[in-house]
Amino acid sequence: MDTQQKFTSRTWPESPEKTTLEGKNKFLGFWLFLGGETVLFASLFATYLALKDQVPNSEHYLAKDMFELPLVFIMTMLLLTSSLTSVYAMYHMKNHNFQKMNTWLLVTVGLGLTFLGFEIYEFNHYVHEFHHTFTSSAFGSAFYTLVGFHGAHVAVGLGWFILLMIRNSKRGLNLYNAPKYFVASLYWHFIDVVWVFIFTVVYLMGMVG
Amino acid sequence: MSTVAQKKGFLAILWDYLTTVDHKKIAILYLVSGGFFFLVGGIEAMVIRIQLAVPDNSFVSAGLYNEILTMHGTTMIFLAAMPILFAFMNAIVPLQIGARDVAFPFLNALGFWLFFFGGIFLNLSWFLGGAPDAGWTSYASLSLFSEGHGIDFYVLGLQISGAGSLIAGINFLVTIINMRAPGMTYMRMPLFTWSTFVASALILFALPPLTVGLFLMLFDRMFGANFFDVTMGGNTVIWEHLFWIFGHPEVYILILPAFGIFSDIFSTFSRKRLFGYSSMVFATVLIGFLGFMVWAHHMFTTGLGATANAIFAVATMAIAVPTGVKIFNWLLTMWGGSIKFTTPMLYAVAFIPSFLAGGVTGVMLAAAPADYQYHDTYFVVAHFHYVIIGGVVFAILAGTHFYWPKIFGTMLNETLGKITFWLFLIGFHATFFIQHFLGLMGMPRRIWKFLPGQGLDLFNAISTAGAFLMAAGTLVLLYNVIVTSRKNVRVGNDPWGDGRTLEWSLSSPPPFYNFKQLPLVRGLDPLWIEKMEGNTKMTPAEPIDDIHMPNGSIIPFVMSLGLFIAAFGAMYQVDWRASGGEEFVWSLPVLIIGMLITIGSMATRSLKDDHGFHIHKEDLLKDEEKGGKE
Repeated sequence: MDTQQKFTSRTWPESPEKTTLEGKNKFLGFWLFLGGETVLFASLFATYLALKDQVPNSEHYLAKDMFELPLVFIMTMLLLTSSLTSVYAMYHMKNHNFQKMNTWLLVTVGLGLTFLGFEIYEFNHYVHEFHHTFTSSAFGSAFYTLVGFHGAHVAVGLGWFILLMIRNSKRGLNLYNAPKYFVASLYWHFIDVVWVFIFTVVYLMGMVG
Repeated sequence: MSTVAQKKGFLAILWDYLTTVDHKKIAILYLVSGGFFFLVGGIEAMVIRIQLAVPDNSFVSAGLYNEILTMHGTTMIFLAAMPILFAFMNAIVPLQIGARDVAFPFLNALGFWLFFFGGIFLNLSWFLGGAPDAGWTSYASLSLFSEGHGIDFYVLGLQISGAGSLIAGINFLVTIINMRAPGMTYMRMPLFTWSTFVASALILFALPPLTVGLFLMLFDRMFGANFFDVTMGGNTVIWEHLFWIFGHPEVYILILPAFGIFSDIFSTFSRKRLFGYSSMVFATVLIGFLGFMVWAHHMFTTGLGATANAIFAVATMAIAVPTGVKIFNWLLTMWGGSIKFTTPMLYAVAFIPSFLAGGVTGVMLAAAPADYQYHDTYFVVAHFHYVIIGGVVFAILAGTHFYWPKIFGTMLNETLGKITFWLFLIGFHATFFIQHFLGLMGMPRRIWKFLPGQGLDLFNAISTAGAFLMAAGTLVLLYNVIVTSRKNVRVGNDPWGDGRTLEWSLSSPPPFYNFKQLPLVRGLDPLWIEKMEGNTKMTPAEPIDDIHMPNGSIIPFVMSLGLFIAAFGAMYQVDWRASGGEEFVWSLPVLIIGMLITIGSMATRSLKDDHGFHIHKEDLLKDEEKGGKE
């Protein structure tokens, strides 16, 4: 099937992300990549759990002294909502509604940026209030590496969405770019799932000591 | 892109290989660079054996010996064995499943260039202040305190080439799942394709723990983190776990494709269908699965406790079961077959007892209480060289002879091939069999020299003599390659005469689009089925039509080059900070420039549409008149 063919919402196929062979490959390849990413984060979680509260002396603050649930709760809500809005975007992608898709993607990006803003504030807070830094202890290294890897994934996901929106702003949806939007949204969901585990393992478990 | 043969200058050929996305050319790139690193690793091995030839030798200094030992292991595993197997996977798997290319041709090229630049980066350490010297396992308690940049070269080089391996793994998985020809069901796939499939899944799930381990090491050494620094609350056992969660599946990543190559060779030269095909597939998958459950058998003496040791010991012994299934299936494939002892078949036959010996010592080592005695002795060295050389290197040599005509269109000389085989086989057993006893007598591994009069002299001398035989065998192989290329006698589709699978239905080498018409696969060993019915060609599954092909691109090369440049910046910014900003002021800019090159080329790749091109039906028909050759 020709990837540059023009479509209307009537002729648009049901699963545009998997209609071409390239799309099908991309779809499967990206799922597999996320499988690898899962193992990557599993390794980081394991490292964090082994090094949680491992500090050189009693002058260092521990997880239960630093974390504040209200802040993390807001961040969680922001990211979960952004996952929902990216679902809306994909819903409109599947219905060949380019304008609405872009609108929801914009909302997603906005929520993601706000989340990143909160994360930067949070890190800054720990560094200045508690002298909890990347180099201060094994706990600090593990914490910033795990949460920072997630933050970097958020940043990459945002850059990806923005690049896609700019590149395709003039030409609308076709079978060449539909799989690209789709895998970007898969990536965004994955980031969201990882955050759910960070929320549980790092913050909730951190509160109970 | 013209399909007409052209006489091209050297620069044009170079540019062609720098930009190629064709799996067959990428296979050649993998084979040549993997072969180069194999020679480098081999020279390092020879230095080790020369140093240990006589007691109290001082052929190399202690520090240099540590570097050579480390680089021998690292080079052989990451830069020789894996890439050469990737070469065969690239050259053969798409042909075996009846595909025109891999699923992601661009990523395929990217995977190669990442491996290549990672390997070059790692080896540049020799010229830039010293190679890594903490062993190929680079345990953190040792490597954190290694001076100079050796370990940094190890960490950054493996990080870059590891990314390439991960990409290759995903690529083969998707290719095998999505791109099989009509009729090529999973249970009709040749064993080499099956083992590539399972090995790729292992790559996908085993590489990320190494990535994380390397990141932690990188952060500790270059950015002041404290993951492994016990005084700051760190824990060095984390590295051991992460390394071996990768490291053990890694040996199955190497051995499974080797099993696949041998399975295809056994059935080809026994001129019989593979005995117990479905149990072979099941055993392959089971080995892949169990491969993730046994990593702590490398850590029996770390002190994880009796319960953990017992569980991992039993899981390790369980792997002997599917492996045994395979051994019997190979024997029964030969049983009653009309066997032809070609060079590849000789390797295959020799592989069975050699690998079996490695498997038996494997079960011995798996017994955790006994392992306390064997641990870190030459017994372990003998064991893993029996499985890696007796299994993987034999398969690589067998595959080189077996697939050479399909890759290059000309046959390696059989007589020279057999000389290589005998030299290598005898040399291999002479080198390593005796090391079992050296180990049992108490010679520790990794030592730089041993004292005279401890009963170790004779066996070490024999071991070194064996190593020279292997080196001689390798030189004969090189001579064979040169002679064969000079003569360049072209061969037809099926030069061995007994090809069973789809790759032998194509010209040697195949046209760049592989299949003019996708073949119809009617069972296991599809070409054999057609031969038995008196057909000379595969039955096509589609009429001749336009073929869609990907465009070549220089971007994979540039993308990898960027990371290569950035790695220097990342490494020397440590000195820059240590000198208080006085020296190495260029390091940070270099890091930034390198990253910008990589990110910029990634952006170029996403922003610029690449729709590929079509080969038109008319050109294909014209090709046919010329005999279907490029």
